[in-house]
Amino acid sequence: MGIDVRNKANPDRIRRFQDYANRIRPKKTVGINLAWAFLVGGAISLFGQGVMWAFEHEGFSSQTAATPTSIILVGMGALLTGLGWYDRIVKRGGMGGSLPITGFANAIVAPAMEYRSEGLVLGIGAKLFTVAGPVLVYGMAMAFVVGVARYLLGIS
Amino acid sequence: MTFVWAFVIGGLMCALAQWVLDNFTLTPAHVLVLFIVLGALASGFGVYQKLVQFSGAGATVPLPGFGYTLVEGIDQAVKQKGVLGIFSGGFTAAASGIKAALIFGLAAALIFRPKA
Amino acid sequence: MAVQRSGESSYQIEGVYLGQTAAVAGPKEGEGPLADWFDRIWPDEGTRYHSYEKAEQALLSEAESIALDKSNMTWTDVDVVVGGDLLDQLITTNFDARSHSRPMLGIFSACASFTEGLALASLILGQGGPSTALVTAASHHLSAERQFRFPLELGYQRSPTASWTATASGAAVLGTRSSDLRIDSVTIGRVLDWGSHDPNDMASAMAPAAVDTIVRHLEAMGETQAHYDAIVTGDLGRFGLTLAQHLAAEEYHVSLGEKLQDCGEMLYDIQHQDVHNGGSGPGCSAGVFSGYFAEKLRSGRLHRILFVATGALFSPKSYQQGESIPGIAHAVAITRQEEGQ
Repeated sequence: MGIDVRNKANPDRIRRFQDYANRIRPKKTVGINLAWAFLVGGAISLFGQGVMWAFEHEGFSSQTAATPTSIILVGMGALLTGLGWYDRIVKRGGMGGSLPITGFANAIVAPAMEYRSEGLVLGIGAKLFTVAGPVLVYGMAMAFVVGVARYLLGIS
Repeated sequence: MTFVWAFVIGGLMCALAQWVLDNFTLTPAHVLVLFIVLGALASGFGVYQKLVQFSGAGATVPLPGFGYTLVEGIDQAVKQKGVLGIFSGGFTAAASGIKAALIFGLAAALIFRPKA
Repeated sequence: MAVQRSGESSYQIEGVYLGQTAAVAGPKEGEGPLADWFDRIWPDEGTRYHSYEKAEQALLSEAESIALDKSNMTWTDVDVVVGGDLLDQLITTNFDARSHSRPMLGIFSACASFTEGLALASLILGQGGPSTALVTAASHHLSAERQFRFPLELGYQRSPTASWTATASGAAVLGTRSSDLRIDSVTIGRVLDWGSHDPNDMASAMAPAAVDTIVRHLEAMGETQAHYDAIVTGDLGRFGLTLAQHLAAEEYHVSLGEKLQDCGEMLYDIQHQDVHNGGSGPGCSAGVFSGYFAEKLRSGRLHRILFVATGALFSPKSYQQGESIPGIAHAVAITRQEEGQ
């Protein structure tokens, strides 16, 4: 922004207005949000632990149980998104709903449903990873950097 | 005991993410990216592995656990294939989760319609 | 008919009248406190249409048909249509215009489009151009969400200052044939940018523009706020009303107080309908004015109002690029003609 587009107005007046707006702006209910995020996120993790335990009970090792567990959780997230319930979970639970892998499923299923009206290829196909894409890109990039470092340091 | 820790650690991680979201001018997408990067980084230092050992799904279900899966996958691939594993390992380990989401996403798009 | 300039961008209008108006609202708007005032309320958000973009076009088209029916007019009586909406390339207004094929002026001032349309139509009618205009605006909650925010089913928390784009449309017939309601004067707004950055708080971006237009209008016309029964803004919402009242009083010594009302604040039951700051979207002010305020004027419960719809001028790209959010507001003064006047 090379030129100050606001230069014609009285800068003191603008500052006084913004100060007042910041003072009276309705605040987010941070405490309540934190509690709900903890409860919802904890509950989803607990459910995941239950599924993992069940697979381990069926003879999977703690390593191999992780894969079917994540598929089940992704399936749950997808189903709840399709039924239109997952956005309500997140509305209350915030990051408690978004951070678990069920939220990752929500981030992929929601655009898939949404962009159907723009067609199978340019709608669903192109928009499927609108939200989850950045997460994968930077997750992969960081894991690559970590992988190189660990290889060079001889840890892996 | 793992069940209790799964609830506590999973919950705490989500609460921390919520705190970041509410106190900084970031979108949820920014917070998700931040947390998967932090998860990968913590796994690089070998810290996250300890978290997974005692809290199980509490550490693997939230998104930082995805970063952990990527790093672990690279580790294993490097052990098997050498340096090329750095390229192949991450996607291999994450494949089932991503592909499940992709397939379910396509299926949901055909079955359901967005609601108000 | 005449138009006389007064001040920088205010115009006194003579011989332009507001005829029939019509408002169509969505189901959530139909559960709000203004339900009885709408001409038609949709039972759902328009799931029978192929897309929500098409639903928005239908919403607009219905308001237009009702307004023409009430006026005993057909499309051929309309000399020019002046309309706007929120969607990219004005597809709601322009695609709807395919079916009526009347001369079309598509306009954009975001949520201030309806008063821009009223002002523009008053100016061209008042100078002996066309003699009948249909002014329209529409918005649909779900098509706006798709364009400006996230996919519908993606979970996220709304911030307490966020507004709820209304599913609503309004249409108003303007003509040079005398009727009960007269367009007195208009003020064309200017774009003000006071450095707001948060698309979830449009009230802060629009309040300066609203107050600027109101103050300039009063000054140019040599009026005070006492001249009006109500000064009606578009979609400042609850937070924006407080900001505008404070700003007008502290910086311009204009005490708006209770006289300042806001369509976005009135459209929903803010306590119970979970809309946070209130309604927004071009259809919000268009629907509330066409349904509620125009009727209040016709019935004589209000005699003179200053209608100042407000718009936040941003696109998803502009705020991702870190640009601040400019605001605009256009004003239209409308008076009920008393007997013998």
